[in-house]
Amino acid sequence: MATRRPAAGPARFTVDQVVELAVRHNLAELEVEAAGTRIRVVREHAPAAPGPRGEGAPAIAAPLPQPAADRAESTAHLLTVEAPMVGTFYRAPKPDAPPFVNEGDAIKEGQVLCIVEAMKLMNEIEARVAGRIVKVLVENGQPVEFGQPLFLMDPLR
Amino acid sequence: MFHKILIANRGEIALRVLRACREMGIRTVIAHSTADADSRPVRLADESVCIGPPDPHASYLNIPSIISAAAITDSEAIHPGYGFLSENPAFAEICRACGITFIGPAPEAIRLMGDKAQAREMAKHAGAPLVPGSEGTLTGVDEAQALADSIGYPVIVKAAAGGGGRGMRIVREREALARAYATCQAEAGAAFGSSELYLEKFVEEARHVEVQVLGDKNGMRLHLGERDCSVQRRHQKLLEEAPAPALLPETRAGLYKAALAVANAVNYASAGTVEFLVDHEGRFYFIEMNTRIQVEHPVTEMITGIDLVREQIRIAAGEGLGYKQSAVRFIGHAIECRINAEDPEHFVPSPGRITAWIAPGGPGVRVDSHLMPGYVVPPHYDSLIAKIIVHGHDRGEAIARMQRALSETVIEGVKTTIPYHLKLLADPAFVAGESTLARLEQNL
Repeated sequence: MATRRPAAGPARFTVDQVVELAVRHNLAELEVEAAGTRIRVVREHAPAAPGPRGEGAPAIAAPLPQPAADRAESTAHLLTVEAPMVGTFYRAPKPDAPPFVNEGDAIKEGQVLCIVEAMKLMNEIEARVAGRIVKVLVENGQPVEFGQPLFLMDPLR
Repeated sequence: MFHKILIANRGEIALRVLRACREMGIRTVIAHSTADADSRPVRLADESVCIGPPDPHASYLNIPSIISAAAITDSEAIHPGYGFLSENPAFAEICRACGITFIGPAPEAIRLMGDKAQAREMAKHAGAPLVPGSEGTLTGVDEAQALADSIGYPVIVKAAAGGGGRGMRIVREREALARAYATCQAEAGAAFGSSELYLEKFVEEARHVEVQVLGDKNGMRLHLGERDCSVQRRHQKLLEEAPAPALLPETRAGLYKAALAVANAVNYASAGTVEFLVDHEGRFYFIEMNTRIQVEHPVTEMITGIDLVREQIRIAAGEGLGYKQSAVRFIGHAIECRINAEDPEHFVPSPGRITAWIAPGGPGVRVDSHLMPGYVVPPHYDSLIAKIIVHGHDRGEAIARMQRALSETVIEGVKTTIPYHLKLLADPAFVAGESTLARLEQNL
């Protein structure tokens, strides 16, 4: 959730003020419209997830960056499960086996969600938190890159 | 010929490989880290695959991820660029095992040249002169004295486990050796936990001169002349030129012969560089062979008209060179300045956002750079942001052209090494072609 418009801000903002606001509130993107002027600040190195160093890349990344402006407010708490490595995405342990998880399934922390195959190694991707699978974002057998969202998840709170 | 090549690198060299591929009609895939997702090579490539986070160990050095990226994109070959995995024999072997062509020499040649002791031994067998010195570590001061007497002063005493200038002493006369030996021994013991020493001839007023070689898989090998890379700071090259200034004809001929002998001894099939130290009397000594494309390869391209990256790709695909040594012509003089995002006084990195970038142009100027306005120089990688290369009829014209090119270059947002280069190009000793490794460290 990046875009915010103050309802009753001052009549004018300077670019510096907008940048300062974006930094202070740790926003990836901030757009301000006032007195017929619109200023949009996008921070490329915005906070997102703390970058993993070396091994043990987390399977679950930061809160979902809102992909579209029209998405309802209620999805803001959803998490994306991202690919921790580049490879081929598989939903099931074998071609004819049922998928590890389906949309709507309740899942436990540590439960296997899918496999990403890299160099013939089957890497099982586990859930970092308990919750419910809202959406499977990738087709079975599709190549995925590092950081690509695989699942949309509603975490238990 | 390949249909699709994966480029496992970043920055200017990724762009350089991409340009060669495009001219050859080969599709490109860039494997990149999250830090480079918005970079120019990623934008220009036909496909891109994010392989990991900014930390190079998890991305550009992550072999499974790179092989996986090649597999999911059906890439037939991988170009490693320079640095990262370019001289990693295990990576070249894994590529081979996975049926992917590694664009570079065979893993055996990489491994042999990567082992300093083996490479020296091999070069010696091939007839390339080595800096005279002790075979292994010294047994005591008596052996050191006897050896120094036979090879002649000055000599340098070095800690076997040393590095970074510690535990080493230059000795100019016999009387000073015993004392230097004792000091070195104490320093080495304290700094490295081993007081073993070795001794070799100290090469005075040395220049760093390297010979570019090319070999194909049919055993055809030739050289593309030499480059002088004596302008260095803390072992980092800053300016390179071709041909090397003030080289005696017999030295030049000897360098070419030695370089080809080394390349022949390992059946070298790709582009490679054989490095030498050349002293003020024209004696030269083998240092090492680099089994990859070099940062400074454009100066050779400028004076020969041969596209080295294209040749690497052709050779890897099994094509023959198709020309002989006599067909290689050297025209004029070329200079390359490495523009780093660094403070020109203290050489500390200066990462940040590029707010303005105007590249130089005009006759005889080439710019290899991935810069674009708004680009953020990431702090995770080396600081090279542009290479400015000029070509002139002679060295004087090339120097004037470089001064002109640098003075019209605009880079705002980060500090660069351009002021250093302008100072160097106006230095009377540089203009006279008298740059040596030691002098520049001292004076500029």
